Amino acid sequence: MTQKQKLVLIGNGMAGMQAVEDILKKDSAKYDITVFGAEPHGNYNRIMLSPVLAGEQELDDIVIHSKEWYAENNITLHCGEKVTALDSTAKTLTTEKDNNFEYDKLIIATGSSPFIIPVPGKDLPGVISFRDINDVNMMRDAAKSYKNAVVIGGGLLGLEAAHGLQLNGMNVTVLHLMPTLMERQLDEAAGHLLQKELESRGINVITGADTQEIIGTDRVEAVRLKSGEEIPADLVVMAVGIRPNTELGQAAQLDVERGIVVDDHMQTSAPDVYAVGECVQHRGQCYGLVAPLYEMGRVLANNLCTDSLENYEGSITSTKLKVSGVNVFSCGEFLATEDSEDIVYRDPGLNVYKRLVIKDDILIGVVLYGDTADGPWYFQMIREQKNISDMRDMLIFGQAYATGGGQDADPFALISALPDEAEVCGCNGICKGDIVTAIQDKGLTTLAEVRSHTKASASCGSCTPQVEMILQATAGDAAVAHAIEPVCGCTTHGHDYVRQQIREQGLKSIPEVLQALRWSTPNGCGKCRPALNYYLLCQWPGEYNDDYQSRFINERAHANIQKDGTYSVVPRIWGGLTNANELRAIADVVDKFDIPTVKVTGGQRIDLLGVKKEDLTDVWADLNAAGMVSGHAYGKSLRTVKTCVGSEWCRFGTQAAMTMGIELEKLSWASWTPHKFKMAVSGCPRNCAEATIKDFGVVAVDSGWELHVGGNGGMVVRATDLLCKVETEEDVKEYCGAFMQLYREEGHYLERTAPYVERVGLDHIKAHVVENEESRKQLYQRFLISQRYAQIDPWAERARDKVHAHEFSPLAQVG
Amino acid sequence: MTTYWIEVGQINDIPPLGARTINTKTGRIALFRAEGDKIYALEDRCPHKNGPLSQGIVHDCAVTCPLHNWVIDLQSGEARGPDQGTVPTIPVKITDGKIQIAITAEATGTND
Ligand code: SRM
Ligand SMILES: Cc1cc2nc3c(=O)[nH]c(=O)nc-3n(C[C@H](O)[C@H](O)[C@H](O)COP(=O)(O)OP(=O)(O)OC[C@H]3O[C@@H](n4cnc5c(N)ncnc54)[C@H](O)[C@@H]3O)c2cc1C
Ligand code: SF4
Ligand code: FES
Repeated sequence: MTQKQKLVLIGNGMAGMQAVEDILKKDSAKYDITVFGAEPHGNYNRIMLSPVLAGEQELDDIVIHSKEWYAENNITLHCGEKVTALDSTAKTLTTEKDNNFEYDKLIIATGSSPFIIPVPGKDLPGVISFRDINDVNMMRDAAKSYKNAVVIGGGLLGLEAAHGLQLNGMNVTVLHLMPTLMERQLDEAAGHLLQKELESRGINVITGADTQEIIGTDRVEAVRLKSGEEIPADLVVMAVGIRPNTELGQAAQLDVERGIVVDDHMQTSAPDVYAVGECVQHRGQCYGLVAPLYEMGRVLANNLCTDSLENYEGSITSTKLKVSGVNVFSCGEFLATEDSEDIVYRDPGLNVYKRLVIKDDILIGVVLYGDTADGPWYFQMIREQKNISDMRDMLIFGQAYATGGGQDADPFALISALPDEAEVCGCNGICKGDIVTAIQDKGLTTLAEVRSHTKASASCGSCTPQVEMILQATAGDAAVAHAIEPVCGCTTHGHDYVRQQIREQGLKSIPEVLQALRWSTPNGCGKCRPALNYYLLCQWPGEYNDDYQSRFINERAHANIQKDGTYSVVPRIWGGLTNANELRAIADVVDKFDIPTVKVTGGQRIDLLGVKKEDLTDVWADLNAAGMVSGHAYGKSLRTVKTCVGSEWCRFGTQAAMTMGIELEKLSWASWTPHKFKMAVSGCPRNCAEATIKDFGVVAVDSGWELHVGGNGGMVVRATDLLCKVETEEDVKEYCGAFMQLYREEGHYLERTAPYVERVGLDHIKAHVVENEESRKQLYQRFLISQRYAQIDPWAERARDKVHAHEFSPLAQVG
Repeated sequence: MTTYWIEVGQINDIPPLGARTINTKTGRIALFRAEGDKIYALEDRCPHKNGPLSQGIVHDCAVTCPLHNWVIDLQSGEARGPDQGTVPTIPVKITDGKIQIAITAEATGTND
């Protein structure tokens, strides 16, 4: 048996690892692969650090290759071990731990480093860059204890950092040397629009700002500009550019200019040494975006695994800014020259700006601001150098108009019309044909499957709608039935997609959602409006204005409508405990308002049935006066927390179940959830509170508390799954809040926790709530923040403050 | 039968995509403010099981009944989709934002 060749990769980042994946795909048996990475992690999606900083994604979500993945694929990973020397004649390398290794083939993919402007103060604590997980953690930590952030650099990276820091609660100033933002991607007009938008969000932008000095003694305190102006700063993020990491190449005496020079086969000047990624220079060009780097990886994999050599011929790149709610797209040459012509479209009302640059009837550049839906289509035309003379008059209006049909054009027809070579996923360089083939050959029916087989839409996610449409068009009903159940008849989009778009596009009202996602009805229907209202409320706590008219009557009237049009009133009875005072007040309102039925509910509370709508506010006022608040018996929200008597009284009780139940109810009351949410706490495994058919059930045992999730009584009974066991009451609260928040963020509207847990899987819940402490704490934190705005007694607001008074009185009395 | 035009309030008394009620001697009337500020008046009882339509969610030119989700067209009073049934509608007149509805003498309690 011949021994396998030793392939070594230096740098386990996005480019290098993509090359390794492509190599495994071509021939998984050819090489014995070893990978060195200076960072202490497996490979993660660096692009997504921006959404992580913005709090829109978690670090867990952006891992591309976990350490297990390396093991499963028989790859030896040395992470947290930097390679310090390379001898391309002896074919060996040395690491910082002084270990030596041999190779037969070597790939250098060391990426690049942030450029630090050489001003005094640049080494002060609090001055950082934005490149890796460590930087993001530092920024998030800084935001917890400091207020003022300055970002130096108004390019892509700087603006994403500024946006993220602002969402972390900091006051942010962006200092940009040039007169307009992102001048390398945007023309002046678009740069100004962008600046205006960021300023309207409260980000301070100073252009023409030349940094002279960073001031501070123990930590950064301010940034001084050459103009003399000083901007207070507790944190300075330098995002002025990157510099290819070429030291290894230099040390090994490879040909190095700006980057490590490679030929069209991705080979460096030394035999058997190749390079891909941001560290390389190819035909005079260095790249800083992933699409070309992935292309390099594919070519290299082919050349390392097959006999037919392929050439990499350079890439045209396109840019998108990942700041939610700001749509910017640019590609190609966008500055007008003498022999180019411009087509410009502006709509200041809609804040849309588009500019196409054309030379000899060929599209050579495009800048889009506001409406970027057609970006990929223009990008494709630029790459194909397509003659556009026959659609020139409609070109600026985008694909739907230029190729016929206008706004009513069937999006499926447009997708079908795309040629197989059209690139759909820019991040991963996946064409329509690749996706169609994978769907057909492997019988894929869900977006998740398409992502895992092709990587399409698996990075920044902005092409998800196109990928979904290709899936539907190719797999037909099989895909529709499985993959995406639309929210309602007004749309073809499913719940997850809608939530994702709300998050990513920063949609903040129902009309905005309907507009952006092209709803087919002017204002939705009784099914989608409550769902959208909930999704917006959950995404933007404290910021979103609840849309009253999008709530079902019970949640508007804060009482349950009955078959005869009267209402029922259920005050909160914390943990099922009451007292003489409360009972007296209840008895009094029953007499005073002539309430026909008083019933003990299945949820350990008291229901007053048959109250006239006009009497509701007065009934509540009396109950409020006795200290009682709404029980939300009517809401998609926390309902009851049932308890048993627990160790407070019971001879078998091991823990104080009543106290625990009250604590949980105080924690979670008034929260809105996708469907109703019920809890119970039992003081011992005899489980008298029936905790194992609740959404969140707690069962006390000798050594602590067992936590159960996903139970349901009702029509389809489901017993809970055991989530884990914890020791303290504080733990119970933290796990409870974290689970509720995860369900709040991921549950589909009107999906109870039982079907939710089955859909996402218990492992998923455990991964976020049990195994990852950081993630649990963040979920819990988000829950608490949302509760800050939610825990207001709706009865008191109406009875005392006369909120929505029109709901409770007729407009007129005739006769 | 005699009918009267009676002023019952202003458009702004009704929340957009919302409803208010008017009590009369012959039953309750629901007054809707639909898409584009169009005002419709219907008897406040669903043709299915008398659900109070005024408590439903208003969308486009229709309301979804709060009890069992029938969708009633506000202009014609007819149930949409597979369901069958009609709610009596009441004529409405708007002048300068003021709403008038046409009411029978019986509903006002006057016998003539
Ligand atoms: C009042 C009460 C019955 C009683 O007199 O005991 C009740 C009354 C109603 N239940 Fe219930 N449920 C009541 C406890 C329960 C329980 C028992 C429990 O919570 O321990 C269950 C089974 C446990 C569970 O939910 O998993 C229960 C399962 C349901 C279901 C089926 C849910 C399911 O997932 O399958 C519905 C239908 C729905 O929500 O779509 C429902 C719906 C309803 C509604 C809200 C029907 C409606 O939409 O109008 C009833 C409202 C009556 C009213 O106006 O007050 N009710 N309902 C109980 C109120 C408890 C409380 O204090 O808040
Ligand atoms: C916040 C942020 C947002 C971005 N957004 C986008 C975007 O939206 N779209 C886009 O296309 N691109 C984006 N980029 C750029 C993109 O992430 C990079 O182009 C890409 O990661 C480069 O891949 P690479 O493999 O060349 O380098 P890297 O991903 O940086 O990987 C290089 C790895 O090599 C390691 N290394 C370096 N030297 C050594 C050594 N001597 N020994 C061992 N290991 C070493 C490094 O620690 C690093 O982990 C973004 C970048 C950042 C930082
Ligand atoms: S069991 Fe049926 S009838 Fe009884 S309260 Fe629940 S929903 Fe109403
Ligand atoms: S009463 Fe209106 S739908 Fe049943």
